This record gives sequence, C-alpha cells and structure tokens, in this order.
Amino acid sequence: QMYGTHVQADSVEEEAAFPPNFSVSEIKNKQRRHFMFMKLKQEKRKRKLELKKKRKKEREALGDKAPPKEVPKTIENQRIYDETTVNPEDEEVAFDEGTDEFSSYFNRLTNPKVLITTSDRPRGRTVRFCEQLSTAVPDSHVYYRRGLALKRVIPQCISRGFTFLIVINEDRKVPNGMVLCHLPNGPTAHFKVSSVRLRKEMKRRGKDPTEHSPEVILNNFTTRLGHSIGRMFAALFPHDPQFIGRQVATFHNQRDFIFFRFHRYIFKNEKKVGIQELGPRFTLKLRSLQKGTFDSKYGEYEWVHKRHEMDSSRRKFHL
Amino acid sequence: MQHDDVIWDIIGNKQFCSYKVKTKTQNFCRNEYNITGLCNRMSCPLANSQYATIREEKGQCFLYMKVIERAAFPARMWEKVKLSKNYERALEQIDENLIYWPRFIRHKCKQRFTKITQYLIRIRKLTLKRQRKLVPLSRKVEKREKRREEKALIAAQLDNAIEKELLERLKQGTYGDIYNFPIHAFDKALEKQDEGSESEEDEVEDEEEDDEDVGHKEFVAENEIEESDLSDFEDMNNLKGSSEEEEDDDEGETSENEESEEETEAKGKSKGKTPLKGPVRKKRAYVEIEYEQETEPAQKSKAT
Repeated sequence: QMYGTHVQADSVEEEAAFPPNFSVSEIKNKQRRHFMFMKLKQEKRKRKLELKKKRKKEREALGDKAPPKEVPKTIENQRIYDETTVNPEDEEVAFDEGTDEFSSYFNRLTNPKVLITTSDRPRGRTVRFCEQLSTAVPDSHVYYRRGLALKRVIPQCISRGFTFLIVINEDRKVPNGMVLCHLPNGPTAHFKVSSVRLRKEMKRRGKDPTEHSPEVILNNFTTRLGHSIGRMFAALFPHDPQFIGRQVATFHNQRDFIFFRFHRYIFKNEKKVGIQELGPRFTLKLRSLQKGTFDSKYGEYEWVHKRHEMDSSRRKFHL
Repeated sequence: MQHDDVIWDIIGNKQFCSYKVKTKTQNFCRNEYNITGLCNRMSCPLANSQYATIREEKGQCFLYMKVIERAAFPARMWEKVKLSKNYERALEQIDENLIYWPRFIRHKCKQRFTKITQYLIRIRKLTLKRQRKLVPLSRKVEKREKRREEKALIAAQLDNAIEKELLERLKQGTYGDIYNFPIHAFDKALEKQDEGSESEEDEVEDEEEDDEDVGHKEFVAENEIEESDLSDFEDMNNLKGSSEEEEDDDEGETSENEESEEETEAKGKSKGKTPLKGPVRKKRAYVEIEYEQETEPAQKSKAT
C-alpha cells in the first residue's frame, strides 16, 4: 500500500461490475491515479496472457483440424488498392512502353552514358558520393558544376551524346536531393536523397566494384508511375550485365521509399547465395516527375508530390 | 535652442545613445540618416544641425539635407532631392546642392552615393543569374519522413529480397551455363519421382526409424553441412564445429537438458566477442555428455 492515501475499498474493486463505470482518469490524486493505472495495465496484461494460453491450448488440442493461423495485418497487406497498378499483361502498358522515351534504350538503339554533377560548390562528402556513384554506374563521368546554368548544360550534354544527367543537390555539406534527367527530351525526376552511406562507412564491405556492368534488380514498382520510374533506373545501366563481375545494383521500392544497394553475390550452392555489400547506399523519395528535360519554370509536371493530399493516409502509396 | 556640442556631450561621448552599437574596437550608429555609419562627432545626425545624407529607395537615390533653420520643425526637417540615374550627372547635382557646405559632408555624400550605385548594379546582375530557391523544411514533416523511412527499411528486408531474386534468376536460367548447379536440380527431380512411388512405405517406416536413431552416434564431414544465415561469405573459412552441434542434437533425448545448458553456456561465453550468427559456432573439437541420474546431482563436464 502507499503512504498517505486511503484505500477506497468499494468503488475501486468493483470497477468492472458496478454500473457507473469507474475511470482511472477521474482520480485527482496523482500518486493514486498512477497506482490504479498500473494495476489496470497489469490486469489487462494478465487477461491477455490467459487468452493467449487458452487459444494455444485449443489449437494444440485440435491438432490438424485447427483453423489456420491468422495472417497479421501489415501496412503492405492493408495498402489501399491503387487503380493504376500495372498488370503484367496489360496491352496498354505494353504499347506505352513501346513508344515512350525509353523505348530507344529498350530496343537497344542507344547505350547509356551518364553525367554526374552537383550543385554549386560541393563539399567533401558530396564529392566523394559522386565519385562512388560513378563507380557503381558504368560509363559515367563526374564533372564539377562551377556555377553553370542547367539550361545551358543540357544542350551541351546532348551534343556530346550523354543519355542521362544526374545532379546531386547539396545542403549543409550533405547530399539531399537528386535530379535525374533523361537526355534527349526525356522525363526528369526529382528525388529527395537521404541516408547516404559512403563506402568506408559500410560494415563488412568488400573491395571496390570492378568495371563490369552490374545486374539490375527492380523490386516492387507496381503502379504506372512506379513502372516508369523503374524503367528510368533500368535505363541507367548497360543492357547486358556481365555475369563474371557478379555485381548487382538493387532499387527496392518499399512504401514509396526507393532503397539503392550495390552488392557482390556468390552462389554457394543452388539454394544459397551470399551477398556482400560494396558501393554506396542511399534512399530516394520521389518528389516530382516532369515531362521534358529540366525546366523549373515552364516544365510540365506529370506527377508532383502534394503533401496534404498524398500523405494524409498511412496506407496509400504511389509508387 | 540647438546646441550641437551639448547634444554630443550627452549622447555621443561615452554616454548612452539608443542608436549607438558598441563593439570592442568601434562604435556604430544605427540611425538611418547617418552618412558613414560610425558614431563620430562629425557623423552624428543628431549632434550636427547642418547635415546631409544619401539614401536609396527601391533603386532610386535621394539626397537628404538638414539645416538649422528647420531644426524646430521635425516634420519638415529633411529636404529630399531626387538624384539622376546617370552617375556623373548625379555627382554634379550633389555638388550643386551642397555648394558651400563643409568638405567632409560633401566628400562623404559622394562616397556613399558611389557605394550605393555599385551595390544596385550588383543586385541587378545577380537577379538575372540563377537564384537559389530556399524551400522551407517543416521539422514535423522531416521527422515523420525519417521515421517512415526507417520502418520501411525494416519492412523491406533487403538482403532477403535480393537473395530471393538472385535465386529466382538462377532457377530461370538467366545465367546460362556459368554455374554448374543444375545437377542438383536433376537429382532432386529424380528423388521426387522415387519418393512418389514409395511414399506409402516411407510413412510407416519413419516412425520406426526415429526410435532406432536414438542413442546412435554419427560423425558427419564438414563439407556436407548446410551453412545457414551467412551474410558475409568471407567468414566461410571460419566454419568449424557446426557439424558437432548438429550431430549432438540427434542423440539421446535424455541428454537434451544437458545440451541446452551447455549451449547457453557456450553462448554466454562468446557474448563479449563477435555476435553469433545462426547456430552457435563452438570451437571445441569434442563435447562430453554425462547422463543425469535421479539419485545423484547432475554433473557437467566440459572438454577444454
């Protein structure tokens, strides 16, 4: 018992049975209220445990006839169905893919050539990130920005035959944004970059990636928007991965966050594969997708992340 | 009456003036009409009844003049003259208006005018160049995004997903003939066929076999042991002793208690060292097990 508080025998003990239901929050005395609340919690826990045990016993008793275990609800299970989800055999999607801006890549007409640059005056971390990114993506070049306007940079890139332009935006010495622009006249995607880990910060990492082209894994890009972004990522890498290199670049979409990882794999036997992380890792979140090349004023936006509309539900995702 | 010296004594000379900003080496004056920006006897607009400044408003420069005749009328005290946009013409205007004024004020006015025109030019040039757009971050939103990202990362189970995908690709044969694993698939297919025909007999025999194997020791070679939960294949060289553990599990049910105790002890031993992955890796070559008797207390012996 607690010092200095008097025990109210009747009204407290019968809180469940007595018609005017007694609520813990109505006690004015803080110590006593806390004590009652703790007691309530313990009661609840005990009841829950008993229920669990009972259910387990029933399940064991029934043996094979027991009803199957209920699948716990996860956010992925409860996701609101997006009507733009892509059906693999959808004709319309296939037709669009045949005629969109990446069709030339997927039809093997062009080879990817990537230009990586930053915003003005990049700090050390961003510079190192760009270098490591360029080792992960084959046939990529890093150029310093030196105050050039993107609108002038883009025609020059096109004339030199680049297919992709990546601009890493920096804020407070840390990369925080990425503009991925497909060059001839292709879509421009603007991402928020977070959780950048450079090579030396990786635990148990392997040696530096070699020059072989990596394989690409794109996971969970289900909607139309996700599909187009996925194709964009795929177009960054050369068509034929060199399996000798045993390197794989993964873009995994989970709840609208795209996780990039770069691994080296080895097949130990048919059922086991070991992966070792090399290469930088970062996460992207799509902020906007623009139809033409980068144009902040007159660009036509295909998709813009609107916080109030799109972030209101926890079960709704767009990629 | 307007006594400049008295005013200066009161506010300027080491006493309090609300426009004065003191630093270690300098005193500044925050008065908008101050011509140099420093707190001096000659620069103080309050302590000089005849004073002139240049001020700019929305890109236009004006010459402000104050004379002692108007000292009694604060609303009309400052005379405002618009200066021309042409630099030389404006300098001539200043000279015209401040003719017969003290040299100090004329000089400082022109200096100030020059500085103002230069910074106006700079502003105009910079607005034509690209401007950095500052996007305000909402702390709440940033925290929310960070939390969601962490949860998404946990839900993603990246390593598993990647491994699964790679195995799928291997099965589908995208790697062609590089890896010589297909033999296993062939063997498995054979096995499945055999099992299908003999399934009935197996079910009956299984129960008997379980009883037979109790107490039966078997030593298994290292290479055939499955390597489960290996995320770092550089550790492949360190696989020792896992075989012993699996064989122990098959032996005598009575010794289960002993084994679990010993396992936990082994785990406790290596707590300080590397984190355990998968089955406990015992580095011991051989484990002795004693069977518990009801009358005597349990004795545990360990091989060192």
